[in-house]
Amino acid sequence: MKNSKNPSPNSFVGLRAAITGGTSGLGLALLREFLGRGARVAFVARTRDVVERVVGEHPGSHGIAGNVSKKEDIHPIALQITGALEGLDVLINNASDLGPVPLQLLADTECEDLERALSTNLVGPFRLTKALLGALAASAREGPGAVVLNISSDAAINPYPCWGAYGASKAALHHLSRIWNEELRAEGIHFLSFDPGDMDTPLHALAVPDADRSLLKRPETAAVELADEIERTLAQREQAAHS
Amino acid sequence: MMAANLPVQRPPKAKLLCVDRDGNFVQVARSKFIDFADHGDLLVANDAATMPASLFGKHVPSGRAVEVRLAGRRSLAATAVNHFSAVIFGAGDFRVRTEDRPSAPSMEPGQELLLGPLRATVEAVLGHPRLVRLAFDGSPDQIWSGLARHGRPIQYSHVQTPLEMWDVWTPIAGPPVAFEPPSAGFALSWRMLATMRERGVHFATITHAAGLSSTGDPELDSRLPFDEPYRIPHSTVKAIRNTQSLGGRIIAIGTTVVRALEHAAGIDGFIRAGEGLATQRIGETTTLRVIDAILTGTHEPGTSHYDLLRAFIDGATLHQLDLELASHNYRTHEFGDSVFIEKQAEDDDVMMGSRLVKSPDIGLSVAGRRLLPL
Repeated sequence: MKNSKNPSPNSFVGLRAAITGGTSGLGLALLREFLGRGARVAFVARTRDVVERVVGEHPGSHGIAGNVSKKEDIHPIALQITGALEGLDVLINNASDLGPVPLQLLADTECEDLERALSTNLVGPFRLTKALLGALAASAREGPGAVVLNISSDAAINPYPCWGAYGASKAALHHLSRIWNEELRAEGIHFLSFDPGDMDTPLHALAVPDADRSLLKRPETAAVELADEIERTLAQREQAAHS
Repeated sequence: MMAANLPVQRPPKAKLLCVDRDGNFVQVARSKFIDFADHGDLLVANDAATMPASLFGKHVPSGRAVEVRLAGRRSLAATAVNHFSAVIFGAGDFRVRTEDRPSAPSMEPGQELLLGPLRATVEAVLGHPRLVRLAFDGSPDQIWSGLARHGRPIQYSHVQTPLEMWDVWTPIAGPPVAFEPPSAGFALSWRMLATMRERGVHFATITHAAGLSSTGDPELDSRLPFDEPYRIPHSTVKAIRNTQSLGGRIIAIGTTVVRALEHAAGIDGFIRAGEGLATQRIGETTTLRVIDAILTGTHEPGTSHYDLLRAFIDGATLHQLDLELASHNYRTHEFGDSVFIEKQAEDDDVMMGSRLVKSPDIGLSVAGRRLLPL
C-alpha cells in the first residue's frame, strides 16, 4: 500500500471495508472513495429502500439495512458484512445521531434524546466493533493489520452549548477509541478517532439549518482525508512488520 | 452428566478435566486452561461465526409447517450460498425434544419451501427422507439478508431460553459459516489471548463450517459429521510449521480444528493454506499427524465428537475419563464444562516423561505448576 498524498486509484484493492451510515453525507462519500480506490465495501443504513437505491447506483457494493442503535440489529449486520466480504479489514463507525433536533440546551434535552444519541454514537459502535473483532483480528494476523475508525467531532472536545447530547456521546466514543487502541494494538487492530470537520451534510443541516453551506467542507474532501489516514496507518503497520 | 442449561459462555465455575499423555487426570478451573500451554506452543481455534441456520416456514405442496436446519455446503465462498444441504423437521420448536417432534412432510425434488423472505427448491433427497439439498432463490446478498432477518440460531431443548446470535458467537467469531457453534471457543477470552502472548504461547485460527451436532434421528446421526468445508490461512500454516520446527505443541481448540488440520495433512502430512473439504471421520484408527492436544467439551458416548477422542487416548483411559466426569458432576453440551486431552504417549516415547507429574505432597502439578488435586 502506498504512502502518499495522491493515492493510486487502486490503493485499496483487496481491502474489505464496512461503513455505517453509508447512504448520505460523509458515509456516502466514503463509500464512493473506497470503491474508487478498489476496496470491497459493505455499507449499512436504516432504510431498506434507500439502501437498495444506493446499491443500484454503486454496483459491486453490498448494502445492508439495519439500525446500529438497536441491539437486535447488530449481529444480523455483522453477519451480512462478514458474509458478503468473507471477513473484514476496515470498519468505519460513521452513523451518528444529533440528539434533539433542533439542538437544545442540556437542561431542555429530553432523556430519550440523550439515550438515542448514546445508543447510536457510542453503544452501537461498541457493539458492532465487538461483534466484528474476531474478523478484524483474523485480518490483522493474516495481513497488514485491521483498522477501526470512529467518526468524532470537535464537539467531543469543546463544550459547545446546545451540543450536549451529541458532544457527550462523541466524547465518550473518542475515549472508547483510545482505550480500544491501547488494549488491541498487540492484536494488530488499530483504532482511529477522526474529526472530519464541519461538513455540508444532512446532519449539519439539521444542527445548523441557516449555515452558509459555501463555507462548509465538502464530505468528499473529508472522505479523501480519511481514506488517506487509513492508508497511512496500514502502510505504517506493513513497514513495521517488515522491519 | 447434566446438561448445561444456561447460555453462559464462560461461567466462573466452569471446570476442566485434564488428561496428560501418560493418562494422569487432574481437575482445574477452566479459566486456568492457559496454564497448560507452554512457551512455544500454538493454540489453534476455529473462528467461524455461527449462522442463523434454523429457518421456519412452509412446505408449499403440503401447506405444512417445517423447520429447515441448514447443515452443509461445499465451499466457504461468500457467493456460494445458493445451495445448502439441510435437515427438515416438522412443526414445533426447541421446547420439544428433537426426538419427539412431529414428522416432517415428505420431500420430493422440485418442491418449494417458503422460509420468511427466502424461497428454496428441493433439488435432491440425499439418501434419507429428511436430508435434502436446497437451492435458494436470489443473489448472495439477498440470501445473506434473508438469513439475517429470518434465521435463528439452532436451538437446544436442554437450554432454557431461546438462543440469540450473541449467545452462539464465540469471542473470536469471524466469517459466519458454522451451522452450530464451535463451542470449545467459548472458553476463550481476549484477556486469555493477551496472557498467552505475554507467555510466548502463540495463537492462530482456521475457519471451519462446524455442522450439526445431532438431528434426533439415529440413522442421520450415524452419518455425522457431514462433509465440512474449511479454510486455513497462510499465517496459520506458517505458525504451525514454526511451532513444529521448534518442538512446540499444536493444541486444538475444539474437534473442528482437529478435523480440518488432520484432513489438510492427510495427503502427505504437509499442511497447505487454502480451502478444503473435510470428509473423514476421526476415531480409534486415526493417526494424528498435526494435533498434540485438544480442548473440547464433555462429550457423550455414541457421538462422533466422543469417537474423535479415541484418536487421542485408548479405550481404558476414555472410560476412566467418563467415570471422572460423572463422579465430579461435569456438565455437558455447548455451554458445559471442558476437557483437555494430550495425545497419549506411544510406547516408544514414554521415556520423554510426563507433563502432569505426580507429587506425593502437592497432588498433581503440570509442568512444574501446582494444580488442585482431584
